[in-house]
Amino acid sequence: MSESNKWKYGFFLGCVTPNRYPMIEASIRAVFDHLGAEILELEGASCCPAPGVFRAFHIPTWLVIAARNITIAEEMGVDIVTGCNGCYGTLRDAWVELEHDYELKKMINEHLAKVGREFKGSIEPKHVVQVLYQDMGIEYLQGFVKHKFKDLKVAVHYGCHIVKPSDKRPWDGESEDPRFLDEIVEITGAKSIDYKDKFQCCGAGGAVRTAVKEISADFSREKLENMRDAGADIIINCCPFCHLQLDLGQMEANSIYKDMVGEPYKIPVIYITQLLGLSFGIDPSLLGLIKNHDLKGVSPFIPIESFLEKVKAQLT
Amino acid sequence: MSENVEKYIKRKVYKSTSSGIAQKFVDAGLEKLRACINCGTCTGSCPSGRRTAYRTRSVLRRALTGDESVLQDIGIWFCSTCYTCYERCPRDIPVTDMIIKLRNIAVEEGFILDAHFGLANKIFYETGHGVPANGEGNKKWRDLRESYGLPPLPPTVHMHPEAVKECQELMKSVGFRDLLDRIEKQKEAEKAKKEDK
Repeated sequence: MSESNKWKYGFFLGCVTPNRYPMIEASIRAVFDHLGAEILELEGASCCPAPGVFRAFHIPTWLVIAARNITIAEEMGVDIVTGCNGCYGTLRDAWVELEHDYELKKMINEHLAKVGREFKGSIEPKHVVQVLYQDMGIEYLQGFVKHKFKDLKVAVHYGCHIVKPSDKRPWDGESEDPRFLDEIVEITGAKSIDYKDKFQCCGAGGAVRTAVKEISADFSREKLENMRDAGADIIINCCPFCHLQLDLGQMEANSIYKDMVGEPYKIPVIYITQLLGLSFGIDPSLLGLIKNHDLKGVSPFIPIESFLEKVKAQLT
Repeated sequence: MSENVEKYIKRKVYKSTSSGIAQKFVDAGLEKLRACINCGTCTGSCPSGRRTAYRTRSVLRRALTGDESVLQDIGIWFCSTCYTCYERCPRDIPVTDMIIKLRNIAVEEGFILDAHFGLANKIFYETGHGVPANGEGNKKWRDLRESYGLPPLPPTVHMHPEAVKECQELMKSVGFRDLLDRIEKQKEAEKAKKEDK
């Protein structure tokens, strides 16, 4: 495929994806490979750094480490792709800010020079969903669909930093009612359902989860209630931190807000490339969907077997 | 231009009863808040304000008037940085970015929660990751990676000790190490004072 040669990305892993939800990493690798996109490793990349905590503590630290991460891809001459809204927020905001402020760029480069690096701004930080939707496009993705789900109701959760701040994002200023992720979900035949306050934050970001877990858990409780009311079979998202908050957060909401929750939540949380991969006919074990260990206290915290059971008959 | 008007335009923030905090707000760019008409769009849009006592417009007002007590208000740590207020502000104030700047000043003054300080000082500075998979306590996460056919550690700073050193060098260069050391001493002194009582 001639087109595939231009799809070459440096895979920015971040922290939560590789270190807590490796099934997300596995599924991104499998789906990109299947779609003819080459993924290169960004050797020695660090935490992005996380925008809600480290940016809130010390902006110069946040900027210089973000710039360092970007220079790794610049040296390789490839755009960055990340599957995490937080990393995307950091890398993209830092990239835009450094590109628009000459003095700031000069100051950051003075620090980077001490370790033999220079931020040039020559590559673009992208999100996995941005690559799927803009670089490849819906039509291209449709060509890979092998199985269509006939009966699957999906609550799509975008998360915040994939669309906001909209002046630093590639979605033509849309921040209140984007459709791109729903469109990707719907090529698999699954139905993206409407639910109340669909674009509300999951509650994990902005240092809130580390500060007061009860507040974070209340954000997710409200989202989960709205998703359950709308009859969601599964939650689809595009961020490992939202993923964690909506997965582990169900356990937390079930215990902290027991009386409000009633029947405990148990909605499987699936990452977008896991769903896409299934529809493309990729082996579920390559998508991190098959549990192959007896470890205790690891992700996913809400079992996904009910989802696999439901779609098994539809994958023919 | 009359002298009074000129004086008004030049005035950076309202005069504060406190010492140098007002100037710090100005230096951080918080004078943008002067465009605020206190309409409350930020507050009405805030998912954190739905469930906590955090009121965005009140925090902004206090920052604008140089009220330094806002730095000790735990409410400023309840913002999940969802950027809804930023998108909806009719005066185009980058509200969320202002909250982040306010937090920077709070941290500089030593107002940082222990959990956040530990995350920065022990985890991020030492490993280069905010959520690491190395070390004794994280074996299950490395095993989990292997169960999905991935190497036990990712090709990040975890596989490159020299990259951790490089990050630390940069953090020293921008003054983060000094800041963390200063806060650590402050926290130790506070602890000792409490124990004395």
